[in-house]
Amino acid sequence: MAKNKQTILLCRGTGCESSKSPALQTAFEEALEGMDVEVKFTGCHGMCQQGPIVVIEPEDIFYSKVKLKDVPVIVEKHIQNNEHVSRLFYQDPATEEKIPTYHEIPFYSRQKRLVLRSCGQINPENMEDSLAAGNYQGLEKALNMDPVEIVTEVKESGLRGRGGGGFSTGLKWQFCQDAEGDPKYVLCNADEGDPGAFMDRSVLEGDPHSVLEGMIIAGFAIGAKQGYIYCRAEYPLAIKRLQIAIDQAREYGFLGENILKSGFDFDIEIFHGAGAFVCGEETALITSIEGNRGMPRSRPPYPANSGLYGKPTLLNNVKTYANIPLIILNGSAWFAEIGTENSKGTAVFALTGKIANSGLIEVPMGITLREIIYEIGGGVLDGKKFKAVQTGGPSGGCLPESFLDTPVDYDSLIEAGSMMGSGGMVVMDEDTCMVDVARYFLDFTEKESCGKCVPCRLGTKQMLNILEDIVEGRGKPGDIETLEELAKGVKSGSLCGLGQTAPNPVLTTIRYFRDEYEAHIFENACPAKQCKEFITFHITDTCIGCGLCRRNCPVEAITGEQKELHVIDQDICIKCGVCYEVCPPKFFSVEIRTGAEESTKEPA
Amino acid sequence: MEKTLETIFTEFEGKRENVIPILQKVQEEYTYLPEEFMAEIADYTHIPASDIYGVATFYAQFRFEPTGDKIISVCRGTACHVRGAPRIFEEITDQLGLEGEGTTADKKFTVETVACVGCCALAPVITIDEEVHGDLTKKKVQKLIQKEGKTNGKE
Repeated sequence: MAKNKQTILLCRGTGCESSKSPALQTAFEEALEGMDVEVKFTGCHGMCQQGPIVVIEPEDIFYSKVKLKDVPVIVEKHIQNNEHVSRLFYQDPATEEKIPTYHEIPFYSRQKRLVLRSCGQINPENMEDSLAAGNYQGLEKALNMDPVEIVTEVKESGLRGRGGGGFSTGLKWQFCQDAEGDPKYVLCNADEGDPGAFMDRSVLEGDPHSVLEGMIIAGFAIGAKQGYIYCRAEYPLAIKRLQIAIDQAREYGFLGENILKSGFDFDIEIFHGAGAFVCGEETALITSIEGNRGMPRSRPPYPANSGLYGKPTLLNNVKTYANIPLIILNGSAWFAEIGTENSKGTAVFALTGKIANSGLIEVPMGITLREIIYEIGGGVLDGKKFKAVQTGGPSGGCLPESFLDTPVDYDSLIEAGSMMGSGGMVVMDEDTCMVDVARYFLDFTEKESCGKCVPCRLGTKQMLNILEDIVEGRGKPGDIETLEELAKGVKSGSLCGLGQTAPNPVLTTIRYFRDEYEAHIFENACPAKQCKEFITFHITDTCIGCGLCRRNCPVEAITGEQKELHVIDQDICIKCGVCYEVCPPKFFSVEIRTGAEESTKEPA
Repeated sequence: MEKTLETIFTEFEGKRENVIPILQKVQEEYTYLPEEFMAEIADYTHIPASDIYGVATFYAQFRFEPTGDKIISVCRGTACHVRGAPRIFEEITDQLGLEGEGTTADKKFTVETVACVGCCALAPVITIDEEVHGDLTKKKVQKLIQKEGKTNGKE
């Protein structure tokens, strides 16, 4: 493949597809007909908010939010006349500077992309592309190694499970290698159930062969012949690309019998998860593949000894497998140099919420939360004030500003009361109510509790009831203490990770944002001005009477003559917030009040 | 025309581990799991019907009622939540005259919530059938529903 040929890379991850990137591809192909320019679609670049993203190689030019009408402009100016279309450059939200090239954008320049090495670079449905990017070189090397040597290499790399628990991957492999039993199985956990996380989806969509390669190496190392990928049915694109990759791998002799003439047989099938968060837990996932309700069981025996169909089973996360080929190819010493003493390698995060640059990032372990949020993420959205960052999804916690200099690694986050999790990182600003966030997570875990352990099934329900009371204005003294007590019971009385960690979002919000709980209970106020029960909407005297809010109000609670100050009738208002949303920012005339403010500032 | 249950069965051996794939296939064809099929699936797999129900009701994916022509799934992921998903959900149900999740009386729309679509950078997000719509506001949702309602009418 000629390296210097001009190539248009067009992102077709789920995010950009929803921003109509497939139509762009057709438009580029038509406009470039007869020209020596390649149009190639790729997986996710990670910066989904700027989508659809178009990158032009070899110049490394990055165009964001490209629309159909921009296609002829890019072709005429950039391709034919070598001029850049500067209005489509990415604009740094902090400095407002326009940045033309991909690798100069701070969002990318601070990252270290190992797992995401090929996401956005290769066409995930094209085998030649995957091979040119280096896929399956690790497998070739591994097949010439002794399985014991492979496991030693993985152990010495210091790689820990990327699903969130952080158990040593090498040790897990060794247990499976040592376990007696036949056949053995290799499972890949792609049941990314954390709300607010899409790391695994992006890897599967952007570079599916890296995951297959890791699984095949694992199969060779532990002596398994069959692998399964447990992938959520909610990810149709990921499943489609995985299936294409599996078919291609079979065709090229990387899967099936006698892989690369080594005498080793291995095959992989996809199992479509039917939507149960608890199936991210290893024993639940296994029992689900067997055709049952996905309920966890007690351990031991661990899956390494008795897993799928009672046989020795190795289960790792998507990203764990995607790291393996690199470790084999470059050696454990190379990998162990990245990261911190006890957390090696990189961490992939889905950086979302109230953040300027939301998207998928990969950073070396040990980087601080501040660097991630401010340097890569570009700070809080719309210049608002930072309040908290949530990691670890429903099992994790919310950390306040004082923890921004905490290094991101397995142990530091646990110490702070949160956890690494599989990679969701949601930023919250001054407008986020922390009691509501706790209620939101409990609502999730209460629904997803499988019901096996009473403390989890009933405890989460009781905790949810109390949290609902608090956000709906029925909170009473003693509620916070009851929540803390229930949390202890749920944590200690549950069998699996779901119950053991479900109280974490409540405990961390009480620990760091107790004042917000107290404001709801004692002061009749929601400091973030989110909980309907505690707020009222008012029009201030900056109103010029444009009538926009009046026309949009669904219950006709707003009155006022054209060009005169409007008024909201509090008895009719349903607090839907439409007036606040439609009022033009230059007037900023709709104000939300809570607690003591409500009575003091009523305009005449 | 939907595949018959017999045709679906030919794709599976009828083992325990086929139960979830069979249920998924049935739902793919019929949009839900018709009650009368459950006993037949039980016969084919030699598993009690109560057990088949147990499996089906455990997973969020399975429905027991027919859906409307279009399925609107509102993402309730964390990123969507902090960026206003509850308001989007409220707007959709208001527009369609629903009390919460469910199907409209004219059977045009089914509204449901899903755990996470995985498009968190575009939050708040909904999907209509399999198409993802992101960066939503109440206004955008109003327009979207009006548009979908019209295209539906023409068909």
